[in-house]
Parts: sequence; C-alpha cells; structure tokens
Amino acid sequence: MLADPLARRTTRSGSRLVARTGRWWLPASIALLLAALFLGVMIGPAGNWGAADWNIIWNVRMPRVALAGIVGAMLSLAGASYQGVFRNPLVDPYLLGVAAGAGLGATIVFAVGRASTSGWLVDPLPLAAFVGGLLAVLLTYLVGASFGANRNGITLVLAGVAVTSLATSIQAFVLQRNNDVIREVYSWILGRLTLADWGDVRLVLPYVVVSSTVLLLHRRHLDVLRVGDDEAISLGTQVTKVRLVVVIAATMGTAAVVSVSGLIGFVGIVVPHVIRLLAGASYRRLLPLSLVVGAAFLILADIPGRVLQDPAETPIGVVTAFFGAPFFILVLRARGRSGG
Amino acid sequence: MSSLAFTDLGVHYGRRDAIVGFSDTVRPGEWLCLIGPNGAGKSSILRATAGLVAHTGSIEVDGAPLSLRTARRRAELVAYVPQTPNLPDEMSGAEYVLLGRNPYIGYFGVESKHDLAMVSSVLERLDLTDFARRPLGSMSGGERQRLVIARALAQEAPILLLDEPTSALDIGHQQQALELVDRLRREHGLTVVSAMHDLTLAGLYADRLALLHQGHVVAKGAAKTVLRPETLSEFYGVSVNVLHEDDGTVVVVPKRTGV
Repeated sequence: MLADPLARRTTRSGSRLVARTGRWWLPASIALLLAALFLGVMIGPAGNWGAADWNIIWNVRMPRVALAGIVGAMLSLAGASYQGVFRNPLVDPYLLGVAAGAGLGATIVFAVGRASTSGWLVDPLPLAAFVGGLLAVLLTYLVGASFGANRNGITLVLAGVAVTSLATSIQAFVLQRNNDVIREVYSWILGRLTLADWGDVRLVLPYVVVSSTVLLLHRRHLDVLRVGDDEAISLGTQVTKVRLVVVIAATMGTAAVVSVSGLIGFVGIVVPHVIRLLAGASYRRLLPLSLVVGAAFLILADIPGRVLQDPAETPIGVVTAFFGAPFFILVLRARGRSGG
Repeated sequence: MSSLAFTDLGVHYGRRDAIVGFSDTVRPGEWLCLIGPNGAGKSSILRATAGLVAHTGSIEVDGAPLSLRTARRRAELVAYVPQTPNLPDEMSGAEYVLLGRNPYIGYFGVESKHDLAMVSSVLERLDLTDFARRPLGSMSGGERQRLVIARALAQEAPILLLDEPTSALDIGHQQQALELVDRLRREHGLTVVSAMHDLTLAGLYADRLALLHQGHVVAKGAAKTVLRPETLSEFYGVSVNVLHEDDGTVVVVPKRTGV
C-alpha cells in the first residue's frame, strides 16, 4: 500500500536500521569459547601446558571439557528460551522445577529396576527424565498462571519452588521404599562430569543438537512474544503452539544434560543476563550468544574445581551456585527497584 | 479498501454476555467509533475481530469470514492496537515497528529486504526516523503511541482496530494521535474501528458512532444524533450539556450537579 519507489529508495538505510548492530558479539563470544577450550584442555592436576601426556588429555580432559561445554551451552540456551516463552527473566531450568522433575523421572526408572529394562530397545532413563521434567514445567506454569498475570513474575518462581519441593518429596518417598537404589540415584543426580568419557558425549549430543536447533529456529518468535500474548496473536503468531514447541525442546535438552551433569544451577539465569547487559535483549542475538557463552562459562567454571583442592574435586555445581546465587539476588534487587 | 461486517456478533465470558446480537457494516474507509460506559462491550468487539476471544455470529472482511483464516492471514487484514500496548523497554523503535511485518515472515524465516524497507518507509512517513535506534523505554507517552501506530501501519492491514488510543495521552498528544490516524485513513483508505471514552473527540473524528450499553447497541449514527443529553443521561448516568458549534462539531460538557 505504501509507495514502492519510496520503499526502494530507503532500502539501504532500512537494512541498517534493524538488527544490524552489534555483529561483533558473535565473533567475540566464539573467541571466548576457543580460549576456554584451550584453558580447559591445558589445565589439570596431571600437569599444565603440555606437561600432561596425550592420553590424559584425550581420554580424561577433552571429554570432560566437551561435556562441560555441551551442558553449559544447553542450560544457557534453555534458560534464555524459558525466559522468553514465559516472558519472565527470573526463570531457569532449575527454578521452573525441570531438573527436579527429571530427577524424579529417573528415580522411578531406577526403582523399577535397571535390570528389567536392560533389554529394551531404547534406554528409558533419558525418556523418563524428559517426561518428568516436562510434567514439572507444565505444572509450574499452570500453578503460576492460575494466580493471574503478574508483572514481576515472582509467582512463577514461587510455583517452581513448590513444584520442586513436591517432586523432591515424591522422590524421597520412592527412595525410602527402594533403598537399594539410593547409590545409583545419587550418583545420577550429582552427575558424572568428573568421570566423563566420550560415551557420555555421544549419549547427550543428539538430544542437545535437536533441542538447540529447534530453539534457535524460534528465536524470532520469542521477540514477537515480548509484546505479550494478545498482541503476538494479533500479529499472527500462534502463541500456544510456539510456547509448547519451545518448552518441549528446552525441556528435552535440559533433561538430557541433567542426566550426565547432575544439578548445575544458575547457568541458565546468569549467562543470558550478562549477555542482555552487554549485547541487548533481542532474542535473535540472545539465543545464539547464550549457546556459545554458556559453553565457555561452564568450561571455565569447571577449571577451579579440578585444581582448588587437588586431588579432591570441588563439584562444578558448587562453583556455579557460589557465583550464581549472589547474582540472582542482584537481579531481584534491580527488578524490585525498577518497580518490576 | 476493505469493508468489515458484523452479523449477530456475540461474545460471552462464561455465563456473562459481553456483547449480544451486534450487527453493523463498516464501509471501506469509514471510521466507526464505539462508545459507552465501562463494561459496555466496546473492547470485546475489537478483541473478537482481532481473534483474541471466541465469538458467535460472524465477522466478515469483504464478504469472507475472518474465522476461516489462520492467525497469520487474519493479521494481514486486521491490525489491532490494545488500550495499553506492551512496549519492552530495551527494544529499539525499528525492532518494534518490524514486529508489524510478522504476518509476512514465514515460520522459520527472517525478514526480507522489503520488510526492512517498509519499516524505514513507515518511520519516515511518521517522522520517527530519529527514534529507530532508541530504546522504547527512553521515549515519552506520545512518542510511544506514534510507534504503536507505526507498527500497525507496517502491518499493511486495511482494517485498523484502536482500543482507547488516547486514554494515556495529554490533550495535545490526543489530537496528534487522532490526526495521524485520520491522515493515514485518508492516504491509505484504512477502515477504522475504535473504542473511545472522550465523546467530543469521538464525534469529531469518527464518521459514525455506536453507543453500547450492557452488550447491546442502544444508539447508532452520526455524532449529532447519538450525542444527545437525554441519551447520555440514560446510559452513562451523567448530566451533560451538548453544544453544537457552527462547523458541525458536537461538544459534550459535563454539568456540575453539586448543590
């Protein structure tokens, strides 16, 4: 309806107006990731900077670095996606109850008995973790939404806390009835990043690739959702479908990485927030950057754990919580001041 | 230029009827303004047309029912500006106007050069080029309202729905916003349906008014036939003076009723 000649005349300025700023963030974050990879492979208790022999580097450090990178990338990307789809910058896979739900799903499989399912074509463990995580996030959403639209998003976080408690209590009950599997369950929950081998990488990689591809393909929709459900619908977005697809993809990826890494909190909230501060809040930039920076972040966070109490290990979840919890409080304070 | 026809429209929230039996045909390029007290059903008509609430009866654009269209196809025909639009503080003006191109971008697609050209052309026409890179959070109420209209214009829909477009603006920006809508209506042949509280402004800009009360149309027509003291007193419960200016403007002024 607008005059074509005018449109053609302004094509060049138009392409400069939108989404063409800040292109250097991606190269910068990739450089950060490469540096993290280098440090992660080179630093360890068996000697630094090439003193360690190749066998240790290839079979011990590299799978661990690769797994930390995959886990960090997935948790950050999932965190940013949940934040977009729930229009709430306070949520992450842990605060929504996804991890607890996945833990419950896995516990039930252990309680039924790994022996009885060993003959199955598909390992039910990741599937149960996925279903548990999905049920938990849907429950959190329904409970949080039932208190009405709230502007500061605290009720969704509180609902997540309640769902986490519920899942944890059911898990405790199941474990009490089946105390022969407690060791198995806890080693699953605490994760095995410290014992990672290439098999673990191969186990999670397909889930993570599928999940991240789906999430990255929806990044433009998350920007449309920023104006709220009603306006997004009036702009032609199928809000319910987008929300469902994104939640399923993010939960699948989270459940898969939780099954190898255990509970690693705050990655999904810290990394997207730092990127928002530095590179802006557009999901078109936020999602790819979360993937890359999240990988770098967890690889780096894994390094102090290896050398601090050498030869003992500081679990990576302890490191991320140590930095993440104060950060979360800062975010809450900032939101409180701005009136939410 | 498109017409918008409502036939026996009904909107129900649970057992409460928000709108009952609303029928009207808005001619191509016409401006219909819905007036009435709070809760009369003005917003429900707009929300049903935008596809946000379920309705009974039919809503047709150029004779084709809207309900048969997907959300995307509907968004190509109908642009909707809610009473309090959400403007994310960190989003830039250009990014915001680009949202209006959403119906034309495929599910996995990104915006084309044409979409970007449309955004900068709309910004230029509305004198908003300076706001393209600025975050929405740094803008005044009047500037934000112009960007919201810019987004609706970038949507290229022939029908524009405005829910209380001036309720958050001072008198100067009210005039500016309504003049802008009127100009766009004349330049692009937009068909406009708005809900408004200010009866004088409603009469000034709209071709026709429809007065709603508890979900029913109780008066319809030109400003001078709808805006009558006894009608307004009956349905708003207000006592007013209605002044008729020489240029045909109908001015509604509340009367002091205190002792």
